[in-house]
Amino acid sequence: MDRLRIILQTIKIKYLPLIKSLQTGLLLITGLAGYMSARCPVLNISTLVGLTGSLFLAISGSTVLNMWYDRDIDAIMPRTCNRPLSTGVTKPNEALIFGLILSILGISWALAIDLLYGLIVFAGLFFDVVIYTIWLKRKTAWSIIWGGISGGMPILAGRALGVGGIDWIGVALAVGILFWIPTHILTFSIRYHADYQAARVPTFPGSYSFQATRLIIAISSVLTAVALGSAAYGVGLTWGFLRVLAVLSVGLFILAVSSLTSPSDRMTFGLFKYASLYMLSAMLLMFFAGF
Amino acid sequence: MKKLSILDRMLLLGTCLLAAYQISTGIAGLNLPATWGFTIGFGTLLVACLLLIILGFEGLERQVIVIVSTLIPLAISFGLISTHIPHLIIPYLIFCVIGFSAIAITRFTTSGTIATIILAIVHGGAGVMITFLPIARILTARSSPGYLLVSLGGGLIGLVGILLAFQRTGKPLIPQEKILSVLPALLLLMTAAFIGGFSFH
Repeated sequence: MDRLRIILQTIKIKYLPLIKSLQTGLLLITGLAGYMSARCPVLNISTLVGLTGSLFLAISGSTVLNMWYDRDIDAIMPRTCNRPLSTGVTKPNEALIFGLILSILGISWALAIDLLYGLIVFAGLFFDVVIYTIWLKRKTAWSIIWGGISGGMPILAGRALGVGGIDWIGVALAVGILFWIPTHILTFSIRYHADYQAARVPTFPGSYSFQATRLIIAISSVLTAVALGSAAYGVGLTWGFLRVLAVLSVGLFILAVSSLTSPSDRMTFGLFKYASLYMLSAMLLMFFAGF
Repeated sequence: MKKLSILDRMLLLGTCLLAAYQISTGIAGLNLPATWGFTIGFGTLLVACLLLIILGFEGLERQVIVIVSTLIPLAISFGLISTHIPHLIIPYLIFCVIGFSAIAITRFTTSGTIATIILAIVHGGAGVMITFLPIARILTARSSPGYLLVSLGGGLIGLVGILLAFQRTGKPLIPQEKILSVLPALLLLMTAAFIGGFSFH
């Protein structure tokens, strides 16, 4: 009993913090929403469990691998310096092995469920870890595009599993996430500008300007709403649900414009929070439309 | 300024969910202008409450939120006019457009007092419509007594509007802290009253 408690305590302290639970949870919800948007038999428990499990493992695996690779940057930035790899609670090798195990399990499970689905999940992990984190993140501020593409893969994978192929709705859903990711990353790059400068990570505020970054956040937010709105219409959401989505989109647009006309950190962070809520609401609407 | 408590957030979230429910289910048997009116009214309420949750009560100091929030009584009263007095749709729409434009313009160009007077007139006009139209329907036996809940919602929205308007002139009727401490509960009660009332439509 004591041994079990020690193991659980170790997992809780050393490994769980390596999985960004909120980010992983939100991406997992997008994958489920993509699947449910296909209106396939939602009570197919084995597929649903497989989708949830494989996506959770793959997303968590890529998050752990990112954190393993970025541990030197994380140690410099005050926002991330308390992460277990930076503080030494978790050894780099332990994190690497943990990340690889999660990733291999997730990808293998995904491939076993469906080849196309597995390939898309693998593409997401590859774009995120190799292209975004290892190759481009320290070279160019534009690396966030690849972060966005990899973020769009779970919803595309879920949709592809549901309909048995890649259709325009799946692409529109992925594009919606692609445009949402910059609002997330760029907001952080404004709020923690000094941290990123200290860690020498190229960001839009550093490479261009704060106002240009806010403009990109505003445009991205609006494009997110357009892409998700189109997809929601294509999915066949009822007019009632479409009205709710339209209302939330208008709110996003107003906030985006306000963040440009009266720029402030509070407003930019407000837009980021609203965009996250918007994303969650859109996913829930599509999720429940499947029932 | 008062910080949002967990209870405040829950009350505002409840208001958001009720407004989203009303938008998604709609009201049976309405014409298109009425559907748009109610969608805009409850939609504005939904977005305003979300912004309050995100930005805190400090959000009320932003002109854009004050201006956009005026849409709530205007749009709901327009929905009621479209439903029950359809031949007045155009004149009332003109009142709404002029009123909303006047609020937006005066907020940015004139002194606080003039802007507040304009806000009170437009807000008050819409509030009177929301409060008394259902009463008139009930008194003439064209709607069931449950429709009185819409009047209650109208009264509450008028109360919220007046309290906030006087606060902005610098002469609050009751201390700002007290206004803000009851605001989330008033918004939830108002929305519940509207939704309950519309089910008797």
